[in-house]
Amino acid sequence: MTSRGKALAWQTVAVLVTATIVIYFANNVVTNLAVRGIQFGFGFLWAKAGFDIPFHLAEWDVNFSYGRALWVAAINTLFASAICIVLASMLGLTLALMRLSGNLLAMGTSRALIEVIRNTPQLLQIVFFYFAVLQALPPMRQSVTIGTSVFLNVRGLYLPAASGTLWDWITGLSWAAVLIAALLWRRIGMQLPRLLVLPPVLILGLVVAGFTAQWDAPALKGFNFQGGVRVPPEILALALGVSIYTSAFIAENIRAAIIGIHKGQTEAAFSLGLTPGRTMALVILPQALRILIPPLTSQYLNIIKSTTLGAAIAYPEILQIFARTVLNQSGRAIEVMTLVLGVFLAINLVASAAMNAWNRKLALQGR
Amino acid sequence: MIRHPVFRALFGSKFNAVVTVLMLALFALTVPGLVRWAFGHAVWEAMNRAACVATDTGACWAFIKARFALFFYSVYPEAERWRVHLGLAVLVVIGAGALFSHGRRGWWLLGLLVVVPVVDAILLVGGIFGLTPVPTERWGGLMLNLVISFVALGGAMPIGIALAFGRRSQWPVIRYGSTLLIEFWRGVPLLTVLFMGLVLLPLFLPHGVNVDNLVRALVVMTIFTGAYMAETIRGGLQGVDRGQAEAALALGMHNTQVQLLVVLPQALRLCIPGIINIAVDLFKDTSLVSIVGLFDLMGVVGQSLKDPAWTGLASEGYVFAAVVFFFACLVISLGGSVLERHFSVAPRASKS
Repeated sequence: MTSRGKALAWQTVAVLVTATIVIYFANNVVTNLAVRGIQFGFGFLWAKAGFDIPFHLAEWDVNFSYGRALWVAAINTLFASAICIVLASMLGLTLALMRLSGNLLAMGTSRALIEVIRNTPQLLQIVFFYFAVLQALPPMRQSVTIGTSVFLNVRGLYLPAASGTLWDWITGLSWAAVLIAALLWRRIGMQLPRLLVLPPVLILGLVVAGFTAQWDAPALKGFNFQGGVRVPPEILALALGVSIYTSAFIAENIRAAIIGIHKGQTEAAFSLGLTPGRTMALVILPQALRILIPPLTSQYLNIIKSTTLGAAIAYPEILQIFARTVLNQSGRAIEVMTLVLGVFLAINLVASAAMNAWNRKLALQGR
Repeated sequence: MIRHPVFRALFGSKFNAVVTVLMLALFALTVPGLVRWAFGHAVWEAMNRAACVATDTGACWAFIKARFALFFYSVYPEAERWRVHLGLAVLVVIGAGALFSHGRRGWWLLGLLVVVPVVDAILLVGGIFGLTPVPTERWGGLMLNLVISFVALGGAMPIGIALAFGRRSQWPVIRYGSTLLIEFWRGVPLLTVLFMGLVLLPLFLPHGVNVDNLVRALVVMTIFTGAYMAETIRGGLQGVDRGQAEAALALGMHNTQVQLLVVLPQALRLCIPGIINIAVDLFKDTSLVSIVGLFDLMGVVGQSLKDPAWTGLASEGYVFAAVVFFFACLVISLGGSVLERHFSVAPRASKS
């Protein structure tokens, strides 16, 4: 047989085998649904949900439809992911810098922490924070007080909320930006990667905006706290568990990326008279970032997937709401699982496309 | 003393000295309290939680002692636990043989792939040779984590090898099909996969066929691990020098022979570190089955916290589980590095 004929034959066989399997499964599904008296279809999405979602950023009411519940749960998933990505990056960078600091104590501590975190299950960490730490906190009236207006108790974390208008925030942020730009401009001009400027601008902006805005502090009145904003323990435990776990992996990625920059780069920068700090900021980090992006992408995607573990502590994310509550109420296994899987595949596609675009941009700039 | 390298590493520069002081302050804040809780004021002997609290303020390790066997076997009948031990012994002996033997590794590997699964399945499930059958509902604890890990890892190898070759195939239908499968399974969270196994798998099978809950979890975890395995093995296949395949072809070997006998063994050797990583991740992830109603170590700990006599001892339970998982992962990693050294290229080259 010619190689072309062989190729055609084998591929036909593969298609036929796959088709047979799919038809067999589909046939079983049709029989099983008929036996259970379920009609396949997504029409149930417009039916009234009738359950409460205890934590929601998007608007939610018991009378809303299942379709709206999908939206609310997806927003909750994305919200948890965003918090975890920010926290995990910051913790990971801290652990990596400790590991690279050259200080024996810091290096040893970082290494021990990373080993412990990486070798225990993520679910265990989340559940530990929820049941052993946050659920063991004192009740409302004996809240742990941090400063004057932050309270921590078994019902969650109570923070002051900014009640300033959008305009206050914009003014604050602009002032901060102008201030930082003025400070940085004379020293290094536009050499510093813009990404490194962003966090300090944001933090300073928040501080300045905080002064111009009005703060609404929580206060114990009767049996409950009035004012401020309550962060429920579910999101706290999920954020702590997922971001601490992932930070150990991110720390190792950052370390590998920084070590991966050839020593000659540092030596060349030193011989040009750059200080160690500027060598790090202007020579090493921009190049390390290029090595770092692919592994960092997969860690961020892992974070998004890991937020499903919130189901173990009843954080209302998409798996908890759909694969548990909606599935129990409606019994529509195939539709519900299709939606949940579809949401994750879509998030994955979008996130990896965005990171790839960023990667391509950085990779081209340098060469 | 000031010249001593340790002193210099701690106080060599201003920055270094500040970091050292900060770290020492952090230790002073956390370590004494933890040591007091875990050892100094811990209670080792007590009948229940109330007795613990009455004795001292530290950890109530009596809780762990009271439920120790449950954490490892759950409710596997006490009289039959020797079967679990024997199964583990068979695995360890044959596994060690495959790792350390010099002449007859082929036979040991065959034993590992055929004898161990069959013997262990007979031992754990029972029902023949006069062994009392033990339903999987009674399996649990760390034993369940180990069973799931080994089955999923063993099943993932052939799936991974097949998908890795498939993704490298020159035939587009096979290539795109394999890529689609790999990316789908890698794109979805393990927990949704477990829910799929729980609610979808029964729908895909003929009406009236009832699948055991453990089997559902095993099937999906195996396929899930297989997709990750495929990417690791593909990396290994890419790392094998082209000259190897060309030389084998020049010797007159058939293409299938070249791939299976020349390229694949070298690729597998290259990806041992990757496979060990998958094994560690898999072992940690077996704890997720506690969310879909199986009682692995995490599940048993969670259940034990609801025991009226010991209610609310979450710190003790989860710290214990963390220690067990930590050491188990350590063993896997150490075994992995032994494996890596054993199969590394250097000693072979020096032998010939």
